[in-house]
Amino acid sequence: MMSTRRIFLRNSALAMVGAGTAPLWLTRALAASDGSTQRKKILVAIFQRGAADGLNIVVPHGERAYYDLRPTIHIPRPSANGDRQADAAIDLDGFFGLHPSLAPLKPLFDQKHLAIVDAAGSPDPTRSHFDAQDYMESGTPGRKATESGWMNRALPKVQGPAAAQASPVRAVSLGPTLSRTMSGDSPAIAVQTIAGFQVKNAQAAEQFEQMYEASKDPVLQATGRETFEAVKLLQSIQQQSYTPAAGAQYPRSQFGDKLKQIAQLIKANVGMEMAFADIGQWDHHVNEVGQRASEGQLANLLRDYGQALSAFWTDLGDRMSDVVLVTMSEFGRTAHENGNRGTDHGHANCMFVMGGDVKGGKVYGKWPGLAREQLYEGRDLALTTDFRDVLGELVVRHSGNPTLKGVFPGYDPKFLGLV
Amino acid sequence: MRKIALTGLAAVVSLAIYADTTTLAQLFTRQIPNGQRVQQALNRLTFGPRPGDADAVNAMGLKRWLDLQLHPQQIPENPVLEAKLKIMDTLFMSSEQLVRDYPSPQVVRQMMNGQMPYPTDPDRRMMIQKLVAKYEKKQGQNAQNGQPNPMGDPQALRDLLTPEQIHALRTGSPQDRIAMFQALPADKQDDVIEAMPGPLRQAMFAAAPPELRRRLEMAAGPAQVVARDLTESKVLRAVYSNRQLDEVLADFWFNHFNVFMDKGADRYLVTEYERDSIRPHVLGKFRDLLEATAKSPAMLFYLDNWQSVDPNAPQARRPGANTKQQRRGLNENYGRELMELHTLGVDGGYTQKDVTEVARCFTGWTIYQPQRGGKFVFNPRLHDGGEKVVLGVRIPAGGGIHDGEKVLDIVAHHPSTAHFISKKLAMRFVADDPPESLVAHMAQTFAKTDGDIRAVLETMLDSKEFWSEGAYRTKVKSPLEMVASAVRAVNGDVDFAAPLVNQLTQLGEPLYRKVEPTGYSNSSKEWLNSAGLVARMNFALQLADNKVPGVKVATGNKPDAALAGIPLGSPEFQKH
Repeated sequence: MMSTRRIFLRNSALAMVGAGTAPLWLTRALAASDGSTQRKKILVAIFQRGAADGLNIVVPHGERAYYDLRPTIHIPRPSANGDRQADAAIDLDGFFGLHPSLAPLKPLFDQKHLAIVDAAGSPDPTRSHFDAQDYMESGTPGRKATESGWMNRALPKVQGPAAAQASPVRAVSLGPTLSRTMSGDSPAIAVQTIAGFQVKNAQAAEQFEQMYEASKDPVLQATGRETFEAVKLLQSIQQQSYTPAAGAQYPRSQFGDKLKQIAQLIKANVGMEMAFADIGQWDHHVNEVGQRASEGQLANLLRDYGQALSAFWTDLGDRMSDVVLVTMSEFGRTAHENGNRGTDHGHANCMFVMGGDVKGGKVYGKWPGLAREQLYEGRDLALTTDFRDVLGELVVRHSGNPTLKGVFPGYDPKFLGLV
Repeated sequence: MRKIALTGLAAVVSLAIYADTTTLAQLFTRQIPNGQRVQQALNRLTFGPRPGDADAVNAMGLKRWLDLQLHPQQIPENPVLEAKLKIMDTLFMSSEQLVRDYPSPQVVRQMMNGQMPYPTDPDRRMMIQKLVAKYEKKQGQNAQNGQPNPMGDPQALRDLLTPEQIHALRTGSPQDRIAMFQALPADKQDDVIEAMPGPLRQAMFAAAPPELRRRLEMAAGPAQVVARDLTESKVLRAVYSNRQLDEVLADFWFNHFNVFMDKGADRYLVTEYERDSIRPHVLGKFRDLLEATAKSPAMLFYLDNWQSVDPNAPQARRPGANTKQQRRGLNENYGRELMELHTLGVDGGYTQKDVTEVARCFTGWTIYQPQRGGKFVFNPRLHDGGEKVVLGVRIPAGGGIHDGEKVLDIVAHHPSTAHFISKKLAMRFVADDPPESLVAHMAQTFAKTDGDIRAVLETMLDSKEFWSEGAYRTKVKSPLEMVASAVRAVNGDVDFAAPLVNQLTQLGEPLYRKVEPTGYSNSSKEWLNSAGLVARMNFALQLADNKVPGVKVATGNKPDAALAGIPLGSPEFQKH
């Protein structure tokens, strides 16, 4: 136990050097000099709750049917005209374009660090937010009895003495409650804020720790143990305020704060391997788009979203070579607009995959088309890529967990070659 | 499809303890000793026992106590609570009155422009005229209309007060500040409040008498007061009400028929919704509760049904509307959640086709003037008059408003609903994974009594399972349950509840602010995690150490007050 503590403290001391003024090479050299601090690959999953409208996020501007189906809430075709550029799709490949609020992500796409998988999602036909989120988070569409989340199962197993040495923050879920995605047998913790993660009175903390350790309720006992190990570790890195690197500007929003703290944890080298954060309010049944494409609910939310992802990239810099960030939403929205300038619950959606080792600059997935006979149940974008194909590849090739059977039981992911 | 779930927290806990000798099913047949029955009743049917509660129940007899809790109108309400709620006049107002008397910046602007009448009450009128004057002054200064400047207005303060008075306000004790303030002429007071920086207002708040507190709250923007009153009253009721089961059920049913307060017009609609649509029916007939929510402006707005119209209706384009924004059509949101969350449950046996048909039935169920408080109206011109088939039942063409009512009949009396509602109640009151035998029994009562909620609860309280080892102290408290039970356990005196409301946000349960229509979870699992645990321990320490503003706890001058909260943060206290 003592030796683990020591390693934590040393690692975090290193982190402070890294976040401060010391040159990066020094930090790297220090890290590389000791095998026990070998840097882990990190997978970050983002959940867009409420069913984001993928068709207005990655706009199929080359498809006429898109404009026919959405006479009042489409994103206009890319424009060469400077005046209208801010209100038109940003062309990616001549057929797809990004929503104008996602302009900060365009350079990442151009530098081939951002890949998009379109017409992706869960094959289950449910249009219930609750069920669809549940299925996507458990990683088992159609199966409700799955107790754990895919990300918890994806955590590479450690056994024997290594388990005792494992970091208490291998898996972190940002927010007041542990997400479904992250819950399961492997220890995972929910962190609302790094700074607030401590019992304010040291003597009380010690007594609480003993009480939870002695609890006859095994769940409270385990939760208590996880909590106090993490408290000690996080306390060691919250000693000074965090300044993002390279002038990265996170939006002042809940989502911006979550990504900033994930970046802080990554840079602190405390052994985090999986992180999860969500961003809500995507359920745009009414007035999804304002009078112009750059206005309204979707545009505002995407601005927050795009700026946060872009700041995360800038902040982590070279460190992104260890990180892959992937986004998902429970389902897409109807291809046609509804009667209230919004969209109802649909089927397939788009996913973003971002990272130093990602083969980006490309929209992956087979595009099914938006003609009536091409739509799923005559109304929604059809699905051509199972979300588990995307996640499975990242789990195996990025996180280095070869045993996908346990992660996505009953499914055999087909890799797209994203990393 | 019923799935017999043998996992869940209760099962994990119990199985781990009894793994060798006892199965989970057996735990639900093993009765707790008689001496624990009162404790079990207080744990599950109230927001936690106060010192002396168990003796009081024993004195009157458990049976009598249960009977009274099931008939709350027979219990005189706690006068302490009534006094605390009295000052919160928004709780007693209609939505329409709230919009007018606690106006948002938009409404103030409408009053300014003569698009909306001023309130008739002279005080209220004067307050709004002051707001108008303020906005007019700020116009052109690019100030956010109606948003007070958190830094205050130092120049205005200097104009209003002598340097000595300003000094007293800045550095005096809370009592000195109040005394100085109250010595000012009445017409000056409001202007001073207006010019004070936010932190100064907060510093005065704790020491201020109730009437002055109200004015300080108003200065932060009258629209905020509506949400403050509602959230604070919920905590006060949980802590103080003598009708504890009634309060537990109000929380249960509000979450079942959840509405997110920060969705546009709902800010002004939720007070009336909880008071008039939920509370009167928490122990009544499920069908009545369902209809009350279906016809409430709050729900119609939250799940968008107010905008759902027959796409072919002549009114689909509003007269005079020339922008494409006004085009309207069918919206499935309410139709889906009605079946998935309010009645049948997600496995209750409906299809996408049923969702669309139900949505057609509810076209024309809309709100008259939603931004002005709103009233439910049925607009036949927006209604799809054609024939519909819902869950196999034909609804003939031309039914008008009766189409929607017929849908409510069909779903309220569907066997899936009896089961779904019974199971959800059993999950709240008995165990995270209640035994199917109990749920089936409750569902039978539900079906037999036309969905009489009181009768279903009586069946539950008559069951062996409720009084079993499988139920006793096996559930983890929700944040609201934890906070209220902690305050009750230490007999805390809540002077003002805003800090407790903020605590609940820290613990993961911001009141009336669950975005998803699922409402907050009933399940222990949802609330057991490290972030929540740290927040609970910190709250426990603060509370017992008298460090939660607005709550007074008798510490008896103990030298170790900083550690007095340890029992409240202990593993045992997290369960009930």
